[in-house]
Amino acid sequence: MTEPLLVVEGLRVAFGRSRTEVLHGISFSMGPRERVGVIGESGSGKSVTALAIMGLLAENATVSGSVRLHGRELVGLRDRELAALRGDQMSMVFQEPMTALDPTMTVGRQVAEVLLLHQDLPRAAARQRVLEMLGEVGLADPVRVADSYPHALSGGQRQRCVLAMALINRPDLVICDEPTTALDVTVQARVLTLLDRELDAAEAACLFISHDLAIVSQVCSRVLVMLDGEIVEDGSVADIFNAPQHAYTRGLVATARLDQVEPGQRLPTVEDFYDRGSPSTGSPSTGSSSTGSPSTGSGTGAGGLGGRPTGSSSRGSPSTGAGTGSGTGTGLGSGPTVVS
Amino acid sequence: MIRAILLRLLLFAASLLGASGIIFLVVNALPGDVAQVILGTGATPEAVAALRQRYGLDRPGIVRYLSWLGGLFTGNLGTSYVTGESVTSQVLPRLGVTTWLVSFAVIVALVVAIPQGMVAAMQRRRWQGALASATSQIGLAIPAFYAGILLVVVFAVKLRWLPANGYQQLHDDNGWHVAAWAQRLILPVASLAIVQASVLTRYVRSAFVEVLNEDWFRTARSVGWTRWRALWRHGIRNAAISVVTVLGLQLATMLVGAIVVEQVFSLPGLGTLLLTAVGNRDLQLVQGIVLLLVAAVLVINLLVDLSYLAIDPRLRSARGGSR
Amino acid sequence: MRRAPLWVGGVLVGLVLLTALVSFVWTPYDAAAIVAPKLADPSLAHPLGTDHLGRDIVSRLMVGARATVVVGVVAVALAAGGGVPLGVLAGMLDGRFGAARWATWAGEGLMRGVDVLYAFPALLLAILLAAAVGASTTTAMVAIGVATIPAFARIARAATLTVMTQDFVLAARASGTSQAGTAVRHVLPNIAPVLGVQASVSFGIAILAEAGLSYLGLATPPPTPTWGRMLREGQNVLFGAPEQALWPGLAIGFAVLGLNLLGDGLRDLLDPRLREVA
Repeated sequence: MTEPLLVVEGLRVAFGRSRTEVLHGISFSMGPRERVGVIGESGSGKSVTALAIMGLLAENATVSGSVRLHGRELVGLRDRELAALRGDQMSMVFQEPMTALDPTMTVGRQVAEVLLLHQDLPRAAARQRVLEMLGEVGLADPVRVADSYPHALSGGQRQRCVLAMALINRPDLVICDEPTTALDVTVQARVLTLLDRELDAAEAACLFISHDLAIVSQVCSRVLVMLDGEIVEDGSVADIFNAPQHAYTRGLVATARLDQVEPGQRLPTVEDFYDRGSPSTGSPSTGSSSTGSPSTGSGTGAGGLGGRPTGSSSRGSPSTGAGTGSGTGTGLGSGPTVVS
Repeated sequence: MIRAILLRLLLFAASLLGASGIIFLVVNALPGDVAQVILGTGATPEAVAALRQRYGLDRPGIVRYLSWLGGLFTGNLGTSYVTGESVTSQVLPRLGVTTWLVSFAVIVALVVAIPQGMVAAMQRRRWQGALASATSQIGLAIPAFYAGILLVVVFAVKLRWLPANGYQQLHDDNGWHVAAWAQRLILPVASLAIVQASVLTRYVRSAFVEVLNEDWFRTARSVGWTRWRALWRHGIRNAAISVVTVLGLQLATMLVGAIVVEQVFSLPGLGTLLLTAVGNRDLQLVQGIVLLLVAAVLVINLLVDLSYLAIDPRLRSARGGSR
Repeated sequence: MRRAPLWVGGVLVGLVLLTALVSFVWTPYDAAAIVAPKLADPSLAHPLGTDHLGRDIVSRLMVGARATVVVGVVAVALAAGGGVPLGVLAGMLDGRFGAARWATWAGEGLMRGVDVLYAFPALLLAILLAAAVGASTTTAMVAIGVATIPAFARIARAATLTVMTQDFVLAARASGTSQAGTAVRHVLPNIAPVLGVQASVSFGIAILAEAGLSYLGLATPPPTPTWGRMLREGQNVLFGAPEQALWPGLAIGFAVLGLNLLGDGLRDLLDPRLREVA
């Protein structure tokens, strides 16, 4: 196994004077050229993880733990030292292309800046490289785009520019935070293909954050599932889909696999598999099989408060009260699968 | 783009016209006979009539207004009823002093406010930022002339480093007197600048805080700029718009501050001329000077408006509408 | 701690108001009377000493607070009374749902007209008035008031536009409320908080303007003491007794600081969203 590119150990992030913790000690590692997806809902801590790695969190954030890139510890580095790595060894693509670029500077200059920040190049050579890169990311008229201001370009075009900026120095790690979420559906597919191609060309690893399991499975080979500031599952795409370990993951997979719902049945929700009301640490459910047929699970669901065993009240679970992880839907209203 | 410029020029002309109307109205639509007031109660009726004849005071108001307006185009600001001299001839020698005072104050204020505002924004969660903000709060609360008086107490009375008042022309028949000229301008400029810097700091701070929260600021950091360099490189241009706006709005206040500061330091500028004119009830002189000052403010605001087109590329394609 | 500006500001402003009110009923000494040797040092009898004529400074400061407060209040009232209706009108013309072309133009035109006043700071107007009819407290109040109209008009208009886009206004109109009725019953109450903040800020500016006018002799004539004129008198004895100029200036500073802090505190209270997210 080759030397890992990125090793994150016990990363914790807290905000504000009250030190509210949003990341509770996550750990994972990535090898060079590996594509790892990070899945989770809003508030799960995916973006915070990304920003913490890049060192771009707000000033009132307290970061502890370890993040090592090429063996070099990033946590605790000064802004100046981190800045030297950003844009060169690691870069980031953000979610909202409409506001990602400085409105008072031409695109060409902004892309050139990234180049010139880390390399010593004469202006003409830099310009040449910028135009090449803009062409590589699929922009039809690189010269026109380079001389345009951001407001003259569409969302898809701007996102390609951002991609150009993120890849121009051939970084080893590219972090993408929901890069296609804000784009039109038709453009999304094209940008994803582009990303795939460019990552190969740059021989870069990618940490791809999304709330959409389907998209992640397209681009990545491995998936991290995050929930409430923790990683609850870490496995290959195939494993996640075919043998999800954690109840929450099962819920996610089920909701991603809508084609598997039998006609006439209620659509599955994550709550059918995993009840958020209880404090859980991802302990696997008791011997449930495969993806858990949603239809049986729902038998106890849909506001089924009646007939729940006493366990439910002590947990203070939300009203969906669906059978958690008892997947087999024996209708026993079986006790909690997670420690209360 | 041309449309945008033309529209602004048109608005400027209209504002100037409106302002001239206001000035003329206030000064001339008053009870009492101007000629009588000037000559005093002991004047003979013939003398009063002669004065009125001489200055055309018996013409209807609108005619007098239009003739004054017409005169403006040729640079003739009118003739003083009290001294008989032309307003323009009295104003010109004093322009220099006031211009130096205001210009230097603006420059010093900017030099102080921009870094102070940046620190206040960047360090807003730490004591350095709080200190920067607190200092500017103090500067906001005191009138410029009080700052002037305090400076005189410290530097002229206690330390005796600088003169307490008076002015030295930069250049006269005896040659150049740069040192003396500068020495007499230091305290007046400082008094104006202290207050101005405080006002500017607040706006600079909030403009930069906005920048810090922008997405593209985060992008700039993600490609390798440190916080400070990203602020300098990308932030300044975007913050410039707010700063330039404030400068324009503050100009009127600065001119007025200059008038008072000139009194404090006995500087022979437009301000002291204006106040003397008020004391003498020299209405034509007052009228002329006030119009000049208002015109200066309007011209500067026009330039500020036009500068937006240069700073913010987004405005160039938009129609020249409201701010 | 977060609310510190609000409390500190409130206390300072309260003190000034209180002093002004109390001065109507009682001052340690008669502010116009000569009660002690000239330029006496501070003592128990005269905590801040006496001025160049032998009058007690504390008493003079207290009476001076009157002019400050009265001019400030009247000027702001004038400005609001003139500016708010103009601003609301412009805002309603501009922001009316489905407004006709002429209405938008009229609204714009109104604001441009009001904007001309921006070129006339209070001092300039006061100078004009003083030249025309002679200086007095009234000319000071009118000048400052009129000069502050554009500020209120702008704020009122902006706030009105925000309110107009909200659903409850549309609902009111749909259920038959007249334009005037909408203005009074829905717009005014909702823009009142923002106007309150502006009033605090403008009050501070008015105090500074009054001080300047007093200093130049263009406001309340002697013998009534005003802080600005006390500064002038203090300047005359600067080389011999520099502390004379200190007290009235500090008084002005505290009053304005209090108002600024109060305004900031109110603004923060009103819209925590506006403060950057912690």
